[in-house]
Amino acid sequence: MRDGRIRLLAGLVLAGLAVASLAVGAANVSVRDPQAWLVLTVSRVPRTLAAMLAGAALAVAGVVMQQIARNKFVEPSTTGAPEAAALGLIGITLIAPEAPIWVKMLAASVTALLGVTLFLQIIRRLPPKEVFLVPLAGLILAGILGAAVTWIGWGTDLLQYISIWLLTGEFSGVIAGRYELLWVAGLAAAIAWFAADRFSILGLGTESATALGLRPQAVMRLGLVVVAVVTAMVVSSVGMIPFVGLVVPNIVSRMLGDNLRRTLGPTAMGGAILVLGSDLVGRLVIHPYEVPAGTVLGVVGAALFLMLLWRRPRRVQ
Amino acid sequence: MFSKPAMRAKIGVLVGLVVVAAALWMFQGLGSGRRDFILGLRWEKLTALILIGTSVAVATVLFQTVSRNRILTPSIMGFDALYLLIQTLAVAALGVAGFAMLAVGPKFLIETALMAVLALGLFGALLGRGGGTADDIARTILTGVVLGILFRAGSSLIGRLLDPNAYATVQAISFANFGRPNAALIGWGAALSLPAIAIALWLGPRLDVLGLGRDRAVTLGLNYRAMVMGTLALTAVLVAVSTALVGPVAFLGLIVAGLTHGLFPAARHRLRLLAAALIACLLLVLGQWVFERILGQQAVLSVVIEFVGGVLFLVLLLRGRIR
Repeated sequence: MRDGRIRLLAGLVLAGLAVASLAVGAANVSVRDPQAWLVLTVSRVPRTLAAMLAGAALAVAGVVMQQIARNKFVEPSTTGAPEAAALGLIGITLIAPEAPIWVKMLAASVTALLGVTLFLQIIRRLPPKEVFLVPLAGLILAGILGAAVTWIGWGTDLLQYISIWLLTGEFSGVIAGRYELLWVAGLAAAIAWFAADRFSILGLGTESATALGLRPQAVMRLGLVVVAVVTAMVVSSVGMIPFVGLVVPNIVSRMLGDNLRRTLGPTAMGGAILVLGSDLVGRLVIHPYEVPAGTVLGVVGAALFLMLLWRRPRRVQ
Repeated sequence: MFSKPAMRAKIGVLVGLVVVAAALWMFQGLGSGRRDFILGLRWEKLTALILIGTSVAVATVLFQTVSRNRILTPSIMGFDALYLLIQTLAVAALGVAGFAMLAVGPKFLIETALMAVLALGLFGALLGRGGGTADDIARTILTGVVLGILFRAGSSLIGRLLDPNAYATVQAISFANFGRPNAALIGWGAALSLPAIAIALWLGPRLDVLGLGRDRAVTLGLNYRAMVMGTLALTAVLVAVSTALVGPVAFLGLIVAGLTHGLFPAARHRLRLLAAALIACLLLVLGQWVFERILGQQAVLSVVIEFVGGVLFLVLLLRGRIR
């Protein structure tokens, strides 16, 4: 019953944060104010939803990525996927500046998919059994792709345009009509939930998965698409939010174990809590000005990552 | 020290190439009017580039010897980012006006001293653990990389918390630009980095012993702990100089160290330091000349170095060169 209690607690925390998020912002909202309704529907509600959706989707994408790579220390932003998505966005902006938004999203998703596939190809060639090399290779790949993005940006005068996507995830620009793509990310995460058992089995390794009657390649492809779509949607609508997909799944699996059918729900909730909480902190520390949620998470997430690196449960040697 | 004629010849060629690159930088495309002004400007940048190149090269060689690892560099382990954080904290403590008002020299010296102390505490603890298995080394590197991310995010957060002017200041120091080195610091940088390089050269034979590893070094009578700490302190000072002059350059050291190792395999430290410094100067001066004069992209060299160096790092990882 520990499960139930954790779920209940997470639900309560999330609900509390959501209410707080509706109440906090540069404008004061009071019940009698006729403007209040407008502020709520156009700005506060979309912003709250956007943060929750992005957080939940990123956390789920992180779990999926960890199952595919069979490594606890990876997540979309340590695979070069966001940078690859940004490359796609620049590419389509240069080739067809007038393209409708869905074409741009498609381009970003395709290049993100290529980026993650490249990452998988690289880690397959790494010396086996060195867990920490995998995230290291991913971070360096992200650096290389990021340098390529900056390079092209300099050459084409698009640098400012690019920095919006790559630097920091920020929710202050979210209003109704400008965040709906995140529902696509949420949908992709929901698909992962339906395939949760398959991802659990995939995490056992290709051979065991095949022996259990799974087609590992197909599941892996599905997982890659989920990761790529979530990354592309988040990057292009609010910018990259680092470390959510890494920190949340690790903490949840420490509490609830590795059965994804059981853990995906709490993981999604944890992601939503973390991102919405960071956004709230960012809105409050220098009120009425704001610090981007991605900046807050950069510090908190990196610190948590370091703790996870050094506080692994020691196995008997 | 120059025992093998082949090595002497290679050093000679490198010196010649650096001279040619420097001459190209100084005299190519010199118009007819205002020659002294242009020459003065170019001379300033040239000295800055040479100072940066030498500092980065020596720092990387020293760090690789201490960590006994061919793919590590101070920047990969987050040294640059640490200096960035210190600079940001200085902006936070003094305010933008105070930051701009304070004399360049003393500020730079204080920041560098702080950097040396923090780097010793942090990286001395991290590297001093010895690092037995390959897994442990990979974890140490990953820790350094994530520390770098943490420091960068920290300076960005502090910058945001202050005010837009402070944020702009932090942004300006966060990105390397070889086209616009911080000219006011050239003298101060040289005053710190030249003695550090001289000490490194003087310590050359001891560095050779240090590179043999803890057990053998101790057997041979080296004060291992003091040597590790001293070398790390030198590294910290040199990184502070290059970061203050141009900003963080993540992979320059890796490229330089890789080339040095390829061209001068198994060289003693005095020779290796010299060669690395020459290679770094050649890369920077020639690279900046090509990008600034031929391609007209003044600020791109650092990005290109990042790209090439990153690819090199991945290749080294894939070849299993982590030990």
